[in-house]
Amino acid sequence: MTQPLPMAGTPTNVNLAGLIKNDYRGNPSTLCQGCGHNSISNQIISAMYELSIVPENVIKFSGIGCSSKSPNYFMNRSFGFNSLHGRMPSIATGALFGDHTLKGLGVSGDGDTASIGMGQFKHVVRRNVNMVYIVENNGVYGLTKGQFSATAEKGLSLKKQGANQYMPVDICMEALASSATFVARSFAGNPKQVKELLKAAMAHNGIAVLDIISPCVTFNNQDNAYHSYAWGKDHEEPLHDITYIAPRNEIILEEEMKEGEIREVSMHDGSVVILKNLEKDYNPTDRFQAMNALAEAHQNNWLATGLIYIETDKPSLTEVYNLVDAPLNRLEEPDLRPAPDMIDKVNALMF
Amino acid sequence: MNKVVNDFSIIVGTKNGSGSSTANTTILRAIFKMGIPVSGKNLFPSNIQGLPTWYTIRANKDGFTARREEQEIVIAMNPDSFARDLASVAVGGAFFYADDIKQPITRADIAVYPMPVKQIVRGDPTIPNDFRDLVGNMVYVGVLAQMIGIDLETILAALSFHFKGKQKPIDMNFTAVKAGAEWAKANLKKKDPFYLEPMNKTEGLIMADGNTAAAIGSIFGGVQFAAWYPITPASSLAEALNDYLPVLRKREDGKHTYAVLQAEDELAAIGMAIGAGWSGLRSMTSTSGPGLSLMTEFAGLAYYAEVPVVVWDVQRIGPSTGLPTRTSQADLTFVNFIGHGDSHSIILLPGDVAECFEFGWRAFDIAEQQQTPVFVLSDLDIGMNQWMSKPFEYPNTPMDRGKVLWEKDLEELKGNWARYLDKDNDGIPYRTVPGNKHPTSAYFTRGTGHDEQARYTEEAPVFLRNMNRLKRKYETARNFVPAPVLHKTEGATVGIIGFGSTEAAILEAMHQLETEHGIKADFLRIRALPFTQEVTDFVAKYDQVFVVEMNRDGQMNQILTIEYPQRAPYFKPVAYGDGMPASARWVREGILAKYTPGTKFNGGSKQPRSKATAAAKTAKSSSKNTSGNKK
Repeated sequence: MTQPLPMAGTPTNVNLAGLIKNDYRGNPSTLCQGCGHNSISNQIISAMYELSIVPENVIKFSGIGCSSKSPNYFMNRSFGFNSLHGRMPSIATGALFGDHTLKGLGVSGDGDTASIGMGQFKHVVRRNVNMVYIVENNGVYGLTKGQFSATAEKGLSLKKQGANQYMPVDICMEALASSATFVARSFAGNPKQVKELLKAAMAHNGIAVLDIISPCVTFNNQDNAYHSYAWGKDHEEPLHDITYIAPRNEIILEEEMKEGEIREVSMHDGSVVILKNLEKDYNPTDRFQAMNALAEAHQNNWLATGLIYIETDKPSLTEVYNLVDAPLNRLEEPDLRPAPDMIDKVNALMF
Repeated sequence: MNKVVNDFSIIVGTKNGSGSSTANTTILRAIFKMGIPVSGKNLFPSNIQGLPTWYTIRANKDGFTARREEQEIVIAMNPDSFARDLASVAVGGAFFYADDIKQPITRADIAVYPMPVKQIVRGDPTIPNDFRDLVGNMVYVGVLAQMIGIDLETILAALSFHFKGKQKPIDMNFTAVKAGAEWAKANLKKKDPFYLEPMNKTEGLIMADGNTAAAIGSIFGGVQFAAWYPITPASSLAEALNDYLPVLRKREDGKHTYAVLQAEDELAAIGMAIGAGWSGLRSMTSTSGPGLSLMTEFAGLAYYAEVPVVVWDVQRIGPSTGLPTRTSQADLTFVNFIGHGDSHSIILLPGDVAECFEFGWRAFDIAEQQQTPVFVLSDLDIGMNQWMSKPFEYPNTPMDRGKVLWEKDLEELKGNWARYLDKDNDGIPYRTVPGNKHPTSAYFTRGTGHDEQARYTEEAPVFLRNMNRLKRKYETARNFVPAPVLHKTEGATVGIIGFGSTEAAILEAMHQLETEHGIKADFLRIRALPFTQEVTDFVAKYDQVFVVEMNRDGQMNQILTIEYPQRAPYFKPVAYGDGMPASARWVREGILAKYTPGTKFNGGSKQPRSKATAAAKTAKSSSKNTSGNKK
């Protein structure tokens, strides 16, 4: 992208929240050099800074695994809960009731989501919890040193493990099947797209599932492996070019976006996601087309990336509950404990 | 024949799913309305329809309401259990049965009353065909009422309550009751000695089940979030939250100050509850043994990451699926140490419906104050059966939200705080919750090893320091959990320890032991773990302490033995777990089987130095322990 981003052009490097990029950083990563997850953490820092997100308005969540360590490596000023293996969804679901004005930002992995956490993943999706759900997907268990995950392709050969016998889980397909309202796939080797999708995901009201192929340089980065940098670069087939335009900002498109067919998606918060069609017209608001695109990619051995599906008019979980305007965790005794005279009424309701 | 007034038991045998529960609770409530102490227990199978089921009612003028093994009056409505029901009538008792059951009457030592239930219902044109089977149960209510003297007005009151004042079902059912009563009056001759007569012993009391009480208590405790998954016998607790929250927490703007969510399983239920507790809500879940097994991993996380959450375990009998509709106290040791690694949880042990209400609100105070999971162990008997109870009492202390820092607090501290720092030397650190906008408010919660600032560390001394602080926190909790209830007997020479739903059976057994065997006992009903000073004092006083509980292995006895090893020789486990509510008989026989005559009360002269005493001393001063009796 040659055009400066909306907040660039302000006189200093202070964003609209009055913060500099450093305010979005975390602790130094302890993941391997070259790990896709580090690249994603960096894009999260950039996206949040550029979106002028107030860090205190975000809660970070994760489960267990390499990916789940990464919330420690960005946004130190946000609360975080590094929970149990496969259980990030339930922790997030409960925690976001504490203050419904906050946005969840979850980072999970393919083991954490597609194996041990498959059940909770499907349910957090169908409940449309207001959070970004990133799966840093590398097809392998890193922390336990290189076992197959459920997203590993059939036939993949790994040291000490032999050949994988089973069909892979497609996280985007699972999300779609569970009525997800935002489904995207990206590739850590395509940071620009990762960042734009992150921004769109943050603007989405409800669950935004981002399945990001994020190579494991230590255990699963052979050139012929689906989750490797080389394979991704050779086989990536973006559905469109994507640009996120913040609310209040004039839509200014860079030159290459101007050619060809443009599709605009208006987001809940007034922002706009601009999609430029590539090979063919792709409509991400059409669930059948989304499923079809995933099936087609599977059939043709493509890494289809981009905004696969979006639905902007579904209420998120806390909205369904008709909660008071104030965050629940700010309520005090008078709001929570029935008045003394209610005890007699209650006793009268008993026999 | 001498009349037996207000002192007998009734059991009704029906087919599960035949709609007899309305009839049975109607009898129960009518007797309660007559002022007679009464209890009702549903002894039901794990089945929707078809299997035999029983409902037992005990009326007792002296207030003994535990289950009895003997039944003076048996009502048999189910051909499948007819022979068994007939055999179960106490000698000299009464046997009522639906006369379409054509099976031999093999007893001559009881009064037998056939009831033409079907004919009576068919003879009434006001009862629609579809309702005949259901309403048929009301016929035995009417026959029984006529034969033992239940006031029909009290039956009408019970029906009005049951049908929430809806006239049509009230009329239809009451018609059947009257038809039964009239038929009995015209056709049956009283041949048994059992009568009910009005008293005034239930005045000012209510009837309720423990799960409803727990839900309402939680609402008065300000519950803000509950996640749950259906499981017998806990489901009705969460369902009662759904029933009563809209009534008790109604606001003019129609908005909600709470959320109740049915999760996909117990893993998610407690995960959500912990998430909500972590973000500052009064949060709970309710389950039973199998669900608790699934919740174990999360319980360990909440213990270690120090997240307040309340977990109700309405116990049923295990292991595994066990007997899902039968009661038990066998989750005690499991919950006490729930979680892998060194962990120790706070447990509350309500003994009746009023305490289910009280611990409903109190559990939140303790959980938030201690920043840890609080488990409330009720059981199926308290949870699902109707109990006479004192009315619920409004909480007598304001909510204790614990050590939570908000923006202004952090401003004053100039951001100088650390999540796991033991600033007050009580083991309880300060916490912040999401939504706090102060730039130093956030911390990273984890189940991994952490230092005072919540940063990951594998440093051995830091790990130890944190674990020792958690232990210190548990010791602090001794001073805040509910004290036990002591039932004293003048001249007692032995002690009895019990907890939970066995109180009525133990009190009755104590009466029998004293009047029939000359054994005088003091009875301490424990209401929480960790043990408080009162427990320490109690176990020191007697050379025989009978520990009564509804499980196989004597789990409370095991925990007492760990806590008071020097008193272990004096503990005598009276443990029994067959799924049935405790009876005075098994308590009495269990104690007699282990009783040694001639031991004496030592008046507490040999005070053992216990952990609780140690904690109290440490809290007061740092004076050196000179007692040779170290823990």
